[in-house]
Amino acid sequence: MKSFFPVVAMVAAAMLGSTAVRAADVEVIHWWTSGGEQAAVSVFANEFDKTGDKWVDNAIALGETARAAIMQRALGGDPPDAAQFNPGRQYEELIAAGLLLDLTPLAEKEGWDNFIRPEQIKAPCKIDGKWWCVPVNIHMQNWAWASVAAFKKAGLEVPTDWDTYLADLPKLKDAGVIPFAVGGDGGGWQISLLANQLILAQLGAETVEKIWKDKDLALAGGPEVLKAFQTLKTLGSYADAGSPNRSWADTTSLVISGEAALQVMGDWAQGEFQVAGQKPGTDYACLLGPLVPEPKYVRTGGDIFVFFKQNDPDVERAQLSLASMMVNPKVQALFNTAKGSAPVRDDVDMSLANDCMKKAIEVLKQPGSVVPDANQWRNEAFTTAQNAIFSDLIYNANTTPEAAQAQFVELLKNAE
Amino acid sequence: MMIVAIGVFVIGITFTVVLSFTNSKLFPSFNFVGWRQYEILWSTPRWVQSVTNIWFYGFGHIVLCMGVGFALAVAMDQRIRGEDAFRTIFLYPFALSAVITGLVWQLMLDPIWGFQAFVRSLGFADFTFAPLANGETALIGMIVASVWNGVGVTMAILLAGLRGIDEEIWKAARVDGIPAWRTYVSIVVPMMRGAVATALVLLVVNVVRTFDIVIAMTGGGPGIATQMPATYVIDNINSRNVGHGMAAATCMLAPIAVLIIIQAVFRWRASRRGRTTS
Repeated sequence: MKSFFPVVAMVAAAMLGSTAVRAADVEVIHWWTSGGEQAAVSVFANEFDKTGDKWVDNAIALGETARAAIMQRALGGDPPDAAQFNPGRQYEELIAAGLLLDLTPLAEKEGWDNFIRPEQIKAPCKIDGKWWCVPVNIHMQNWAWASVAAFKKAGLEVPTDWDTYLADLPKLKDAGVIPFAVGGDGGGWQISLLANQLILAQLGAETVEKIWKDKDLALAGGPEVLKAFQTLKTLGSYADAGSPNRSWADTTSLVISGEAALQVMGDWAQGEFQVAGQKPGTDYACLLGPLVPEPKYVRTGGDIFVFFKQNDPDVERAQLSLASMMVNPKVQALFNTAKGSAPVRDDVDMSLANDCMKKAIEVLKQPGSVVPDANQWRNEAFTTAQNAIFSDLIYNANTTPEAAQAQFVELLKNAE
Repeated sequence: MMIVAIGVFVIGITFTVVLSFTNSKLFPSFNFVGWRQYEILWSTPRWVQSVTNIWFYGFGHIVLCMGVGFALAVAMDQRIRGEDAFRTIFLYPFALSAVITGLVWQLMLDPIWGFQAFVRSLGFADFTFAPLANGETALIGMIVASVWNGVGVTMAILLAGLRGIDEEIWKAARVDGIPAWRTYVSIVVPMMRGAVATALVLLVVNVVRTFDIVIAMTGGGPGIATQMPATYVIDNINSRNVGHGMAAATCMLAPIAVLIIIQAVFRWRASRRGRTTS
């Protein structure tokens, strides 16, 4: 038995090649747990394992829960090696406290500045000239996903604008279809996402920034925003009884099965349609805007990875190797096709992407089309409070759009 | 013992209160902002709703647990056959964590999987029973589940109290021809004051820290209809707003502190009269 271990070690060393580096485990916390997300994250895991290091998967369902776990570990002095966040202010304290690995040398060596675009994707990671995280995808949130079969059941065509859809709602209900699919888990982030897209549709790209970035209270309390709140209230009244604590993926599966007609959700929902083997155009319709005939804007969010300092040169080397792999053009193509998102670089072969994604990438290329998600401007405490306001509006029959708008203005006033 | 008491409890509580006057984010900071966190707190609809909820939930939970628990205890006290088996059955739900309780009841009350679907499958297509899907009834559904979970303990404590009553008192009451219910209300219950107080304190503490059952059953929804102070505190700490979370935690602490003071006053008065409250 004693002689067995050196043999194994020799074989392992031989497999790694003649370099003297020792393979390291890299523990990654993320919240990619749905079918489509799993397909995407296995691209990272498999490609990384091929390099000789090992991806140790630590998937925690629901972003809010996963981020809380990451922070607890960081506070407790045992951070994971890599962790997922949404771009914006979710990790600002980690940078300030010096807990993160500085990726600047790697980024400069590989020239991330030259190929990662647009600026709005770069900005949350490159802060004061230093790279603190790796953007891995561009998610576009302002999509609606519609079931062709569900609309057909009610004798309708899939609508292309809000007015038609709002008029269709009672007919869909009469046909026994859930007219509007939405889920309220995690405090209501799905409803916030929906509300933000409705406000964007009302205000347009230039103006909408003023609310979350500049805290323009007059605009937030104005008639356009009220209209969005009213639409939200109407949509909520057409949701089903199972909605309150449902995840986005379970909600999407209702659209996939044709039980529900339409869901407003980011492009990660597309991964679910792919896993279910559905084709855009025939089985489901993707409506950018959402539901705008000539979409001009994309509301971008996405995912980034931060790497925690570990004081172990082997782990640090593996961490940098993972960071480099994540922006590799081939990995970007495979990952983003599975995830339903757009790559963070322009020189990626997206021939595998479907028509929906190609449409979005065209819009993304237009100057002035990109509207960053509110996460970029406001911190997570704000987001949590905002979720409560929007989900109260949708699920509480006694809350009026006017009252919810007043709460929203009050929240903005107190926001830091 | 003293070190633990002071180190863990007193310092912990002091920190909570001190941090509530700062604008701490992820890490504690001592950037004092006065009463600002409290001002924001009491103007936040979700917090106000949480406070309303806990009073409603607490009242329902305590009244039902005490009422049903006492009824069960009295029933058990009738020298029934198979008492051990019944006691185990009634106490068993308490062995389940609130998370499991919440999940089980959530499943039963779910309109697609639970009781509603079962009755509909029997042929009643219009039957509607989905308390958790409606903001006005969700809290009641939660009370039912939590009473199911907690009533056994109240029963066990009260039963122990009943057993502590001297048999001679019953005999005396019977000799005097006092009806059994009258004996319970006027003689037995006042005599088992200690057991009642213990059960009540445990229930109050349970209510104030209500958290896991909310997470398991409703996630605080629909909307904010079943949010509780504890979920508000945790959500704020988790979304890196520690100062604000601590302000909420301090507000949670206040009623408990008042209860402890009241209790202390009572005990002091009792000891002055030269006897102890058992």
